[in-house]
Amino acid sequence: MTAKALIKDFEAIVGKDNVLTSEADLASYSYDAAVLPNAMPGLVVRPTTSEQLGKTVKLCNDNAIPMTVRGSGTNLSGGTIPSTGGIVVLTTALNRILEINEEDLYAVVEPGVITSKFAAEVAKRGLFYPPDPGSQTVSTLGGNVAENAGGLRGLKYGVTKDYVMGMTFFDVNGELVKSGGKTVKCVTGYNFTGLMVGAEGTLGVYDTITLKLVPPPAAAKAMMAVFDTVMDACRTVAAIIAAKIVPATLELMDNFTIRTVENFRKAGLPTEAQALLLIEVDGHPAMVEEDAAKVEEICKKNKAASVRVAKDANERNAVWQARRDALPALAKVKPTTVLEDATVPRSKIPDMMAALDDIAKKYNLTIGTFGHAGDGNLHPTILTDKRNTEEWHRVEAAIDEIFDRALALGGTLSGEHGIGMAKAKYMKQECGIAAIEYSKRMKSVLDPKGILNPGKLIVG
Amino acid sequence: MADPKKLVEMLKTLEDQLVTCMRCGMCQAQCPVFAQSGREGDVTRGKIALLTGLAEEMIKDPDGVNNKLNRCLLCGTCEANCPSGVKVTDIFLRARAVMAAYTGMSAAQKLIFQKLLTNPGLFNTLLDIGSKFQGIFTKPVDDILGTSCARFNAPIIGDRHFKTLAAKPLHADVPSLDTPAGVSKLRVAFFPGCVVDKIYPSVGHAVLKVLKHHGVGVYMPKGQACCGIPAISNGDVASFQEMVKKNIELFRKGDFDYLITPCATCTSTIKKIWPTYYEDKSDQVALAKIVEKVKDVSAFLVDVLKVSPTDIPGTKTVTYHDPCHLRNSLGVTAQPRTLLQATPGVKFVEMTDAASCCGSGGSFNLKFYELSQEIGRKKAQHVIDSQAETVATSCPACMMQITDMLSKAGASRKVRHVVELYADAL
Repeated sequence: MTAKALIKDFEAIVGKDNVLTSEADLASYSYDAAVLPNAMPGLVVRPTTSEQLGKTVKLCNDNAIPMTVRGSGTNLSGGTIPSTGGIVVLTTALNRILEINEEDLYAVVEPGVITSKFAAEVAKRGLFYPPDPGSQTVSTLGGNVAENAGGLRGLKYGVTKDYVMGMTFFDVNGELVKSGGKTVKCVTGYNFTGLMVGAEGTLGVYDTITLKLVPPPAAAKAMMAVFDTVMDACRTVAAIIAAKIVPATLELMDNFTIRTVENFRKAGLPTEAQALLLIEVDGHPAMVEEDAAKVEEICKKNKAASVRVAKDANERNAVWQARRDALPALAKVKPTTVLEDATVPRSKIPDMMAALDDIAKKYNLTIGTFGHAGDGNLHPTILTDKRNTEEWHRVEAAIDEIFDRALALGGTLSGEHGIGMAKAKYMKQECGIAAIEYSKRMKSVLDPKGILNPGKLIVG
Repeated sequence: MADPKKLVEMLKTLEDQLVTCMRCGMCQAQCPVFAQSGREGDVTRGKIALLTGLAEEMIKDPDGVNNKLNRCLLCGTCEANCPSGVKVTDIFLRARAVMAAYTGMSAAQKLIFQKLLTNPGLFNTLLDIGSKFQGIFTKPVDDILGTSCARFNAPIIGDRHFKTLAAKPLHADVPSLDTPAGVSKLRVAFFPGCVVDKIYPSVGHAVLKVLKHHGVGVYMPKGQACCGIPAISNGDVASFQEMVKKNIELFRKGDFDYLITPCATCTSTIKKIWPTYYEDKSDQVALAKIVEKVKDVSAFLVDVLKVSPTDIPGTKTVTYHDPCHLRNSLGVTAQPRTLLQATPGVKFVEMTDAASCCGSGGSFNLKFYELSQEIGRKKAQHVIDSQAETVATSCPACMMQITDMLSKAGASRKVRHVVELYADAL
């Protein structure tokens, strides 16, 4: 329990209504979307202004209480699971879009703005914010920045970090630090913005974020290519890139995922196919036509059994519906869904697909794989029931091996879900001891009491 | 009961369903209550986590969890959009039954569910008396909407702008019907539902007029009981059984092709809740027949009688609000719109977020009126912004809520059932 006096202090900052103390309220902030044990916070605080946020950070630090900033709690690596007895700081009331600048192509937002709402607001002004993580209808921009979230458009448009131009953030003492700005070019001082993106709330607390906007593509064309072998699909991906074409999205679905989606939607997917590629090219209409024709040809040359090019908006929607269905359909198969995001250089996708096949057999597990083939970011999805202890041990062993194999192929632990608590123990393996020590030294100076989201990213 | 051990045991029976939630949190985009409060305990993922915590004895305060559990409109929007297909309504109804058994029901709840709603004769008599005397306590506030408010401070009424009880309920005008099939060669059973019978008898008359017009025979037995949703959504499973049984007894005697209701909630309760929760095995054949035949009135008119849009452009602008229980539970969204487009003189206009909940939620409105109003105000604003003269819908409970909200906003828009507009034009 949090001391009464301290609760009063928080109430003085954010108002009584914005300090949650009941057991039911606390328990509902004891988890996020990761398959990890709950941890009960001592208090939940919901600042409604920038000033309140700064004072909240300072009060936590003055009292050496661990604090975890939380938006919508959709984190898949446990980054928003609090420390037991710690404080959860909600950004959900800090949800204002402060500026959309159509002349200089940037926007300034508070961290609690919902990603898809922001994208829609931007689209109303004829502009485009490309990062589109799977949870965009609920995720917050603050969370996206803290995790450096990706999405389907990563291949051509990059990920969240490519759109963060600057920010203001509170250091652990509650002092407001300014970094980056509203200009395309800005080399003033250390690149704190770069450091803060993907820091998972361990180095500071975002106050406002300045995001880059781009003009939207004028046209787009989607297609679905069907393959008899995963290798043919993978070779096609390599051939498309080698032909100097950069599709906006280039997604892969394996046979298990295809069958599960078809079983779910009954949209007529080829259930005998070993792999599907879902491809979209966008840009100037003439270029889209040309690229689409080339991609179609490359698919056929690489033994695609068939290629279906969407003729209209309905057909285009059908192509992407299949992709959107992948996770929901897989999630319905078994009670527990472990969604991984180990990522490899895209040329190694065939090896990674083969490795996943081996792992599924070796540990006798059901793994459906889909993902962003174009950028090497696969989502092997393990379907299990965490109540089955024996199987759960095999799941944990399989996860270990997925990371081993991805790293051996020159890949990374996480393409877009973050390290959080789930993957912190593997960090040494990927980055080496020096990187961990360097991180710790930096952290000990910037957060001497270790209150900023402890237990995440750097451990040991 | 109030035995914590027993509570845990009963909650454990929900475990197989609770575990299907993968905690992705996508329900945050759907939940009207969460949209207002922004609190995780108000969204489905939070409620499921709390029930799990209680079942696993990680949480010690059942009352706190119960309070969160009740802060749900049972609109089903999260369930219709859940990536893992969690059976949310089923979990919550069962959990409410567990909680009601644990904490017990209030005296008022017992009176309403066990004595009144299970006893149609007594319920009707009491409300008939009420309708004669209500003018003493209430005064009209809006002529177009036909709303009233309290003359003096009355705790139940609060500051509601409500539709008063009809001077003459439907059952007083039409106690029962048993007419043969006409040109359509069809005969339907008619289940008006409590709100239509007592507050909006005009909707019931409209349905009867339309059925007559299309040559459809009607079987409308006397003494229909409530569909049971108020009881089961408050955890009173026993009263629910009694209500359903009364209705099965009445309707098993009739010979009909469809069972028609003008109430979205009654339709979805009969279709989805009856077969899941009605326990008496000896009635299962009769139950299955009713469940198979139940249809929303506009779905019947459009899908069965093939009523189709007219080509003649209308001038009277009408927008449509999707009742959650038609849209989310039954997927009925096109037919009421088609019916409006088939109504001569109507110019149909779509409003923003037609599918968002009006915030009524039956007894949710009584328990959490402030929250219910906050949600309802948004809906009223969408109606106003649509510039339509009339907002039509397919559920009398939504009609009451939208009427209250529009009346408070001082917006004189008419609130009608789609079938009333269609009947007017015949």
